[in-house]
Amino acid sequence: MVIAGIVAGGTGIRMGQNIRPKQFIELMGKPIIIHTIEKFMVCPDIDYIIVGTHPDWLNLMNDLSGKYFRDTKKICITPGGMNRNETIKNIAVAAREKYSAEDDTILVTHDAVRPFLSLRIIQENVQAAREYGVCDTVIEATDTIVRSENQNFITDIPVRKEMYQGQTPQSFKIKLFEEVYAGMTEEELNIVTDACKLFYLRNYKVRLVKGDVANFKITYPFDLKMAQLMVGDLAND
Amino acid sequence: MINTLYKLTAPLTIETFYENIDCNSENLIVRPEMLSICKADIRYYFGMRNAEVLNERLPMALIHEACGRVVYDMTGKFSVGEKVVLLPNIPGKNLKYQENYRQDSLFRSSKADGFMQELVCIPQLQLVRYENMDYEIAAFTESVSVAVHAVETYLKKTDERNDGGKRKIGIWGSGAMGYIVSCILKYYLPLSEITVIGRSKAKLDMFSFVNYVYSENELPSDMEFDDCFECVGGASSGIVINHIINHILPEGVLMLLGVSEEPVSINTRMVLEKGLILLGRSRSGRDDFIKAVDILDSHENIRMRMKNLISEVVKINEVNDMHRAFNESKIADYKVILNWKI
Repeated sequence: MVIAGIVAGGTGIRMGQNIRPKQFIELMGKPIIIHTIEKFMVCPDIDYIIVGTHPDWLNLMNDLSGKYFRDTKKICITPGGMNRNETIKNIAVAAREKYSAEDDTILVTHDAVRPFLSLRIIQENVQAAREYGVCDTVIEATDTIVRSENQNFITDIPVRKEMYQGQTPQSFKIKLFEEVYAGMTEEELNIVTDACKLFYLRNYKVRLVKGDVANFKITYPFDLKMAQLMVGDLAND
Repeated sequence: MINTLYKLTAPLTIETFYENIDCNSENLIVRPEMLSICKADIRYYFGMRNAEVLNERLPMALIHEACGRVVYDMTGKFSVGEKVVLLPNIPGKNLKYQENYRQDSLFRSSKADGFMQELVCIPQLQLVRYENMDYEIAAFTESVSVAVHAVETYLKKTDERNDGGKRKIGIWGSGAMGYIVSCILKYYLPLSEITVIGRSKAKLDMFSFVNYVYSENELPSDMEFDDCFECVGGASSGIVINHIINHILPEGVLMLLGVSEEPVSINTRMVLEKGLILLGRSRSGRDDFIKAVDILDSHENIRMRMKNLISEVVKINEVNDMHRAFNESKIADYKVILNWKI
């Protein structure tokens, strides 16, 4: 079984608007999160979709699901957590309870605000998670990465060809995630904001999957403008 | 959802475009698996169409020959995972004419976007299921359906002859279309005597299933045919058509299948003197697709012959691979197939 976990626990603070979280902003007349869910809906590898939503927005998410999908049997909406990994944990719990997920069920976790995801990336994630247990979607870094520990002077400039930028999906077997998550200290859970970092910290080999520059995260108003330009939709201006 | 299209924006330039697809519509969503490059696509890609046409039609996603799998269907007519051939014709509403020849019909990779898309949102009547074919062959079912369309039209035109199908037929063109038409003609009229006339000796050697092959300049001047098929097109169309007019018997049917960019000069005096019928057929309809799929699905020998037409299969993971495939197609003898992984 393969389950998509859509991470939509954010409240949209960075987008600079406080009306609704960024995943509910419309692109081509449709909320960004619906575009994202639809891509998983049409992916033959995906059996179910669980959306981890901020508790304040559960009702809206339920309404949207009913409005945009005639067949909602494949979709389940569950409350998100205090941070990204807690939201994924809640999605894993829902996968066990609602869809009787087994230990080798693959969870393909993806940001709600990356609607330009391609079927190829989803399918390569599923393949890599099946083979290696856990995988991360990345693109090669094009800018030079500069490291600074004190935020004033350069500490290091790593070799660029060894640098990648992380995207999502991040995919893994559900049992592996549960084990790693349960073994984390509270301090670790507070610091680590990335699911693959949990695996890395516990010495798992995390397989890389090739992402796409178009699969970017709509975080800041600039990103939204970029997304609107890409689809030729500047109606929200 | 946001669908990605790969459109030709100018000769040799392919750019990504994004469009919305609604899951709630009556259309099906199909993931293309194998795409086949046709000469029409090559002409667009290399800018061999005139500037006015390019200016009017680009940006446009190319390729009108493809097969794929259904990934989403709210109509319940297809199951997810079913293998389908995608039809390029978007029928117009003027019911007076066949769907493929209506003035308001749209043809993909001509006046509508072709199949170079991540997903294709398409009405169920523009899909035909298939079962036994390899994907690579299913990709160019459209070419086979055009041959079926031409041969059936020809048979209807000549059904009063009562000759039991014993006819001498000349086919001009040793390319993919000449090969497919010869193959389909032999299937419909096994008793016919088929002669293929072409330029390339190496290509003519592939026509092991016809009765005779001749290089263009070696065709005996007294050789005569009841009917002929022109499958050459391009700049030499006129020369070929006039060559055929010299060799066709009175009241014969001359089927025209080759596409010519420029108007061609035809020896109409001889057309009138011999009372010839010139009949153009190049675009197939849904019925032709159904028959083509049936023929291919149920005849292994025809499938094996079609397999000979695959010059190369190019795996498409990124836009650069598309450029590589079009460059290959320019020098390939026959079909270049795109294994659509992007």
